[in-house]
Amino acid sequence: MKKLLLASAASALVATSAMAGSHSEVKIGIILGYTGPIESLVANMGPGAELAMAEVSESGALLGGAKVTPVIGDSTCVDAGAATAAAERLITSDGVKGIVGADCSGVTGAILQNVAVPNGMVMVSPSATSPGLSHQNNEDEGLFFRTAPSDARQGVVMTEVLMELGIKEVAVTYTNNDYGKGLADSFQAAYEAAGGKVTINAAHEDGKADYSAEVGALASAGGDRLVVAGYVDQGGSGIVRSALDSGAFDTFHFPDGMIGSQLVENFGSEINGSSGQHPSPSEELAANFTALVDGKFEATSPFAPESYDSAALIMLAMQAAGSVEPGDYKSKIMDVANAPGEKINAGELAKGLQILADGGEIDYVGASDVELIGPGEAAGNYRVVGYEDGAEVTAGRK
Amino acid sequence: MDLLNAIVAMANFVFLPAISYGSQLALGALGVTLIYGILRFSNFAHGDTMAFGAMATILFTWFLQSLGVSLGPLPTALLALPVGIAATALLVLAVDRLVYKFYREQKAAPVILVIVSMGVMFVMNGLVRFIIGVDDQRFADGARFIITAREFKEKTGLQEGLAIKSTAMLTVVVAVIVVAILFWFLNRTRTGKSMRAFSDNEDLALLSGINPERVVMITWIIVAGLATIAGVLYGLDKSFKPFTYFQLLLPIFASAIVGGLGNPIGAIAGGFVIAFSEVTITYAFKKVAGYVIPAWEPDGLVQLLSTDYKFAVSFAILIIVLLFRPTGLFRGKAL
Repeated sequence: MKKLLLASAASALVATSAMAGSHSEVKIGIILGYTGPIESLVANMGPGAELAMAEVSESGALLGGAKVTPVIGDSTCVDAGAATAAAERLITSDGVKGIVGADCSGVTGAILQNVAVPNGMVMVSPSATSPGLSHQNNEDEGLFFRTAPSDARQGVVMTEVLMELGIKEVAVTYTNNDYGKGLADSFQAAYEAAGGKVTINAAHEDGKADYSAEVGALASAGGDRLVVAGYVDQGGSGIVRSALDSGAFDTFHFPDGMIGSQLVENFGSEINGSSGQHPSPSEELAANFTALVDGKFEATSPFAPESYDSAALIMLAMQAAGSVEPGDYKSKIMDVANAPGEKINAGELAKGLQILADGGEIDYVGASDVELIGPGEAAGNYRVVGYEDGAEVTAGRK
Repeated sequence: MDLLNAIVAMANFVFLPAISYGSQLALGALGVTLIYGILRFSNFAHGDTMAFGAMATILFTWFLQSLGVSLGPLPTALLALPVGIAATALLVLAVDRLVYKFYREQKAAPVILVIVSMGVMFVMNGLVRFIIGVDDQRFADGARFIITAREFKEKTGLQEGLAIKSTAMLTVVVAVIVVAILFWFLNRTRTGKSMRAFSDNEDLALLSGINPERVVMITWIIVAGLATIAGVLYGLDKSFKPFTYFQLLLPIFASAIVGGLGNPIGAIAGGFVIAFSEVTITYAFKKVAGYVIPAWEPDGLVQLLSTDYKFAVSFAILIIVLLFRPTGLFRGKAL
C-alpha cells in the first residue's frame, strides 16, 4: 500500500512536470554557417541570437514563464542541400517554433522555398542581403523577415553619398557572384535614375592572377570614381592595387564587402579621398549592445547585433500573439518591430514582453535600430565612411 | 599630341602590364617545360612549388628586414632569393626521392605521374597554407615606382599618364638574365648538353654514359630556382596569396602548351602570347580611338570582348594552336 502510494505520487509528479514542460519550453532554431566561408562571422552571430533567448528565459516574462531553448543547425553558407536538411531536422524532429537564419542569401532562399514555406515556419535572417529575397508578391506567405537591409537599399544609399559628393560619372566593377551582381545592378539603376552615368559595369573574378585587363577596360571607360563592389580579401583589393599602380583611378567608392581594417592596411594613404558605406547601428546602440554582451563575444562583429534582434523579434511576436505557433505570430513581427509603441532597446526584452502582456504596444529598436519596411526587411542604417591620411573616418550616417 | 596620348594610353594599360605578366608566365612555363622535356610528365605541382619558394623567400625577407638590412631602392627579397631557392630545391629533391623516384623506377606511364604530381600539389598546397597562412602577405619594400602616372603627366604635359612600376621593370630584367643564363647552361655546358641528350633520347643517353639520377637532380634544382624566382617576382609585383599561385597554374600550362611543351623558347613565346592576348583582346579602345580620330566620339566602349571572356581568349588560342600545330608554335613534343 505504501509502495503504491509512493508510485502514484511519483507518477503524478512526473505527469505534471511533463505537462508543465510542454507548456513552458519553446524551441527556436538557429541555422547559420557554423562551418564554411563565413564561419568567423558566425562565431559571433550564433552567440548573439542565444544571448537574446537566454535573456528572455531568465526574465520569465514570455507567455507566463516559458523557457526558450536554442537548437542549432549548420547552413554551411554555400551548400543548399546540407542547409535544407538541417532545417528539415529542426522543424520535424526538434519541433522548433521559429528559425533565426539562414545567413548567406543562397542557402536562405533554398531553406525558405523547400522547407519553411511548405511547413509554414517563420524565418528571420540576420544577414541575407540579396535583393532577390524581397518578396513583393507574398511568395513567402508572410513567413520571411530579415534584420539586414537588402542590397537594393545599399544601391540607393550609395547613390545619395556619391551625389552629395558631386560625383556624376563612375565606373563600376563587381565580384562575379549573387552579391556583387545584385549590388552593382541595383546601384546602376538607382544612380541612373538620379541622373548619374555609369560608364561601364564589368565583373571581375576573385582570386585571379592578374587584373590589368579589367583595369584597362575600366580606365578606358573612365569616370570620376571607381566603385568596387567586391571583397577586400579577394579580387577587390587586386583591382584597387592595379588601378592605383597604373594611375587609372585615384579615388574609389567602397560598399560593405570592401570596408574593413584590411583595406586601410593594404592601401594606407593611397586611397585618401575615397568614400564608402556599410550597414552599422549608431554609436549609442553599439555601445549599449557592447555593454550587454560584456565580452562574451565580439559585439561589433558584422551581423552579431542583427542576430540578437532576429531572435528577439520572434519571441516578442510570440508574446504579442499570445501563441508560439508561426501561423499565429507571423503577422505580429511587423507590429512589434515598428512604431507606434514604447521603444525597446537591447537588454530590455523583459520590459517589452511585460508591455505586450499588458496589452500595450512596442517599437523594438534592439541592437541594430530595427525598422522593417516593405516585405519585412530592415530599412538599413548605414555609416558613411571617408578616407583621410591613411585612416577610415566616419563621414555621416544614412 | 593626340597620337602621343593614344600611344601612352596603350603603353600604360596594354603593353607594360602584358610584358610584366608575360615574363612572369614565361618563367613559370619554363619550369613546366623543363620537367616535361626531361622527366616526361606535366608537373601540376608547379604553381605550388612557386608558392613554396615565394613563401621561403618571404620568411627570410622578414628576417632580414627585422635586422634592418635593405637594398635601398631594390626590394630586400632579392637578397633572400638564394635562401628561398635552396629551401625549395631541398623540398623538391626530397619529394623526388620520396615520391617520383618510385614511379620512375617502375617506368610508370606519364599519366600516372601526372596524377601523382596532383597529389604532391595538394600536399604542398597544405604545407604553404600551414606555414604562412591563407591571407595576403606583404613583403615588398624599396621604391615602388620608377615613374608614377601623375609625375609623367606633370613632366610631359600629356593627358594620359604612364606608370612604370619598379617591380615590373625588375621582373623583365630578371627574366631576361635568368633566360640568358639558362640557355647558356643548356647549350654550352657539359651538364646542360647531357640534359638535352637525355631529353632527346633517354636510351641513347644512358648508353653514352650519362648518369640519369644526376640529370634528374640538376633538373629539379634548376626548376626550383625558376619556380622560386617566378613566384617571388609575381609576389613582388602583385601580392602573395597561396590561392592565386594555384590559379596561376592554368595560364602557365596554357603558355607552355601554346609554345610547345618541352621547348624552352616556346615557353617564353607562349607566356607572352597568352599575356598579350588576355590584355589586348579585351581592352576597350574607346579612349585610344578618341585620340586617334578626334571627330569620332564612340558611344560604346569599342571593346572586342568583355573582360569576362579573358580566359576564354587564352583557351581559344590554345585550342586553335593544338588543332593546327599539335606540337605548339615552336615544335615541342607531341602531346
